[in-house]
Amino acid sequence: MSTADLRARLDDLPDAALVALFLVGIWLLLTLLAVSVRDGAAAANLAAGFVGSVTVLVGAYAILTLALNLQWGYTGLFNIGVAGFMAVGAYTTAILTAPADPGAGGVPGFGLPLWLGLLGGMLMAALVGGLAALPALRLRADYLAIVTVALSEIIRLFVNWGGVAEVRVLGKRFGTGGATGISFPAPDEVVADLVTGIGAPLVDAASAAGVSGPNVVNIVYGLVLLVVVVGSYWVLSRLADSPFGRVLKAIREDETVTQSLGKDTRLFKIKAFMIGCALMGLAGALFRGSAGYISPAQFRPAITFYVFAALIIGGAGSNTGSILGAATFAALLFYLPARLGEFFPTFGTSSPGNIVDAVAALGSLDVTPLLAFVLANVSTLRFVLIGVVLIWIIQNQPEGILGHRNDPAASVPLDRPSSPEHESGGEADE
Amino acid sequence: MGIADTVTGGRRIAVERPGTAVVAVVVAYLLADLAAKLVGTTVFFLGVRLFGGSLTVGSLFTMLLDGLLVGLAVGLAGIGLSMTYSILDFANFAHGDTVTVGAFLGWVTAYVAANLATSVPFSSLFLLNDGNQLSVSAGWALVLLGLVVAAVGTVAVTLLVDRLVYRPMRDSDNISLLIASIGVALALRYLIAFVFGAQTSGVATVGFQLRLVTGLAVTDNELALLVVAVVLMIAVHVLLQRTKLGKAMRAMADNEDLARVTGIPTERVVRLTWILGGALAGTSGYLLVLERGTIAFNFGWILLLLIFAAVIVGGIGSIYGAMAGGVLIGLVDSLALIWLPSGLTRAAAFAVLIVVLLIRPSGIFGGVTTA
Repeated sequence: MSTADLRARLDDLPDAALVALFLVGIWLLLTLLAVSVRDGAAAANLAAGFVGSVTVLVGAYAILTLALNLQWGYTGLFNIGVAGFMAVGAYTTAILTAPADPGAGGVPGFGLPLWLGLLGGMLMAALVGGLAALPALRLRADYLAIVTVALSEIIRLFVNWGGVAEVRVLGKRFGTGGATGISFPAPDEVVADLVTGIGAPLVDAASAAGVSGPNVVNIVYGLVLLVVVVGSYWVLSRLADSPFGRVLKAIREDETVTQSLGKDTRLFKIKAFMIGCALMGLAGALFRGSAGYISPAQFRPAITFYVFAALIIGGAGSNTGSILGAATFAALLFYLPARLGEFFPTFGTSSPGNIVDAVAALGSLDVTPLLAFVLANVSTLRFVLIGVVLIWIIQNQPEGILGHRNDPAASVPLDRPSSPEHESGGEADE
Repeated sequence: MGIADTVTGGRRIAVERPGTAVVAVVVAYLLADLAAKLVGTTVFFLGVRLFGGSLTVGSLFTMLLDGLLVGLAVGLAGIGLSMTYSILDFANFAHGDTVTVGAFLGWVTAYVAANLATSVPFSSLFLLNDGNQLSVSAGWALVLLGLVVAAVGTVAVTLLVDRLVYRPMRDSDNISLLIASIGVALALRYLIAFVFGAQTSGVATVGFQLRLVTGLAVTDNELALLVVAVVLMIAVHVLLQRTKLGKAMRAMADNEDLARVTGIPTERVVRLTWILGGALAGTSGYLLVLERGTIAFNFGWILLLLIFAAVIVGGIGSIYGAMAGGVLIGLVDSLALIWLPSGLTRAAAFAVLIVVLLIRPSGIFGGVTTA
């Protein structure tokens, strides 16, 4: 079967089925890897570990990519400060939910329930996003890019600063924990309580098969993230098809024309930006803070570029493409290469300590040291791979490898003559 | 006349451009505070510290020198970024990693050459480990050799990257090029990490110190950075103003289509832009490592935002703006220590970038298109 043939078949599948197929494929692939390097119960546990980690990664990146797609794919706002908005969300959640009276060395917070903390995190991220979007109204696209990336660094440097590690305002003690970070009741723990409570039979069954409790929790947490993905997808798709979404797409295509049609494009841009940032804040709390601990180092600008890579792979401007792109990036480019490097057999050759020794062996026509060195450093090399994939896609498939999804700007079907009921005019405006 | 005019002028600015007025007030306050600190008095108003504190003239001079040195290197690197921005019309996010590439090429050459006679194995030398560290006064010829290799090697790398990545997409929009440059940045940075590892290595050391005034000393390596950067900046100025190539580059920066119509070989100008920008980026990376003494695979990436700040503050596209913006941002980064805790000085430099973009998006030198 040719690739074009395969592509045509995949295009015929409904979007949801395509995503589900992709995920199941990744799970099978990782299980296969686990079975081929371990036996029996150990294999089951390893596979569960793989599946859990990859599901969490895919879910987290899918939320982030969906949010970025709303900003860039739909509205054309080039935000490369994703890490900063994640940090705002995660830190707000952490400060709101951290216990008011922590043990020694802990950072006190407001001790609110988790759901309130998450809501607060989203709100705060949206507010900061709204502030950041103000310059977007008057600047060139790539100026906004530089403003957002600078802002995300300012945020990271600020929460890293010792001066706000613990402050006292009106007799209330709270803070960011500075460079050492802050602990708070983990979303992970909530899932763990659920799993060990209601899901006790499930855990028992899993442990009979050799899968440890933490791995079960991890898988369930990944599934919870996927539920959030589905929810975000539903909201964003509704949004994209609404009059609001059509204005966003119109802004992306030609802002001047949209303005001349009487739309206050600045307001639309700010709103879209804020919604996207709120979602990024949620992802920041659920993803980086999943284990109940965050530190400034988790919000370096690099993570922004991973989200961008995911969106570009999937194809900007398509919600399904975003999810598929996130899955491709997280599973195939980010997670799998590192695992393959870990378990790839080097046939007894241990990796040389440095590249000079590895290359020197080539002189005696021995390739294995270099190969072993490459395998030992796969976790570094995968970033080179991500860079190369990014360049290749931008050059050859600017719409993304999973792009070309059907995503018209009009809500009226364009491919068949309109029936009389459609002729009554456009629908009510915003 | 005089005062009355200034007052009305000031009032007009305050009404018409509130942002500028706020910045002017903040700067005036900071200057007053600095003066009070230098005198060593503290002014209280209703029990609140209004301004003042203490700061010695010596430490102020040291901060000024540090800021100037970093600023010169940043400005030097900024020239290339500014040129690619105006001539190829995209923000090159790989520029910081080009700086790293130059630094590594130059320093590996200089370090290996300096320690070949010792018994340290080649693999350790290549990884910038275990050898004697260089200084300008102890081995100026070796440092110079490294400088030349840094410039030439970086040019080779930028030309290769242009051939593979940017040339096939000359007609793409600026965001596509920006994304491609992010890909280049990732690939370059992690290739360096793959070859040299992720550790920080010490490669340069201080040869001698020249005591200028009490509390202020300048090292031989800092002097070298100062001299080379100033000479290169003058050279760039002469190139732009006196040569045909400079005129062609300025013409292309102003209006590419017009330049092409008038018979300027645009592709050749683009290549020369990469050559010039790459050489300056490599040199500045090499010199910064000389001044700091240490090198790591991601130092150029960390520097990139500072370079962007310099270029934007100076007015993107303007080469003189890049030089001046570099020095300005370097000084802000260093002098912010007077008013801010040490963890926040870098944030202050980025804040200046955002404020300038908001108040004057065309930069301080914007509108004066020189190149």
